[in-house]
Amino acid sequence: MEVGLAHYLTVAAILFTLGVFGIFLNRRNVIIILMSVELILLSVNINLVAFSVFMGDLVGQVFTMFILTVAAAEAAIGLAILVVYFRNRGSIAVEDINLMKG
Amino acid sequence: MALTAIAFYAFAAILLASAVMVISAKNPVHSVLFLILAFFNAAGLFVLIGAEFVAMILVIVYVGAVAVLFLFVVMMLDINFQELRHGFLQYLPIGGIVGLVLAVELVLLVGVRFSAPGAASQGVTPTPEAVTNTEALGRIMYTDYVYAFQASGLILLVAMIGAIVLTLRHRTGVRRQSISQQLDRKRGDVLAVRKVPSRGGV
Repeated sequence: MEVGLAHYLTVAAILFTLGVFGIFLNRRNVIIILMSVELILLSVNINLVAFSVFMGDLVGQVFTMFILTVAAAEAAIGLAILVVYFRNRGSIAVEDINLMKG
Repeated sequence: MALTAIAFYAFAAILLASAVMVISAKNPVHSVLFLILAFFNAAGLFVLIGAEFVAMILVIVYVGAVAVLFLFVVMMLDINFQELRHGFLQYLPIGGIVGLVLAVELVLLVGVRFSAPGAASQGVTPTPEAVTNTEALGRIMYTDYVYAFQASGLILLVAMIGAIVLTLRHRTGVRRQSISQQLDRKRGDVLAVRKVPSRGGV
């Protein structure tokens, strides 16, 4: 059976779902939530590359590069915020982050 | 062709299995290591499809930078991860329902025809023949998309400065070397010559 666009889209869909599921499952642990976001972005990348190759249009791969950039920047900033938060509060539980609620 | 299919299924299976392990592993260090495995297998999928440059960038950026950053943070913070897990099963039903609905919807969409017939040959930048993937990407990235490319560099710069500004701190009570102060010292400030009488002491 020939591997086509639908196969790649299915893999990306399942990966996306796993990322969303991971956010629900690890509601308290910010590090795992950040990793789940990385999984979601990876699934988007798979979609873009698959469409780009099977449609014969290179722009998808260019945009994959930009998503990669944003993902790297997001991970760096997120982890920096996490480190600062841990330094101030001594914990990274998401439920404790409600100081702004008033 | 059969070999390609076998490779695809192997990469996809390992990718999805390691994604499951990322979100369900007890130890966050294991999560990070499974994340690395997932990225490697995604890169394998990209190579299989003929997008070598993106695959290599994925390995370099994610495995070389992002995953190592995660690993550093996980190991640097002194966190009781067991305590963070105790709501794990509480969110399982709602997360499972949302995930299932999402997965079914997304997979149902796969069967849809995505474009009009003949649209594939009318792309904005059709893949050139007889040129490697890297060269083809470079040709359009540094011409048509050069401003977006510069903007992404700017994003990285802002992220770098932001991370430094966020995590930089000046501790109090730490004795630091102040070179200007050292160089400003005069002999008269610190040194005094006294005439000591014999058998008198200072």
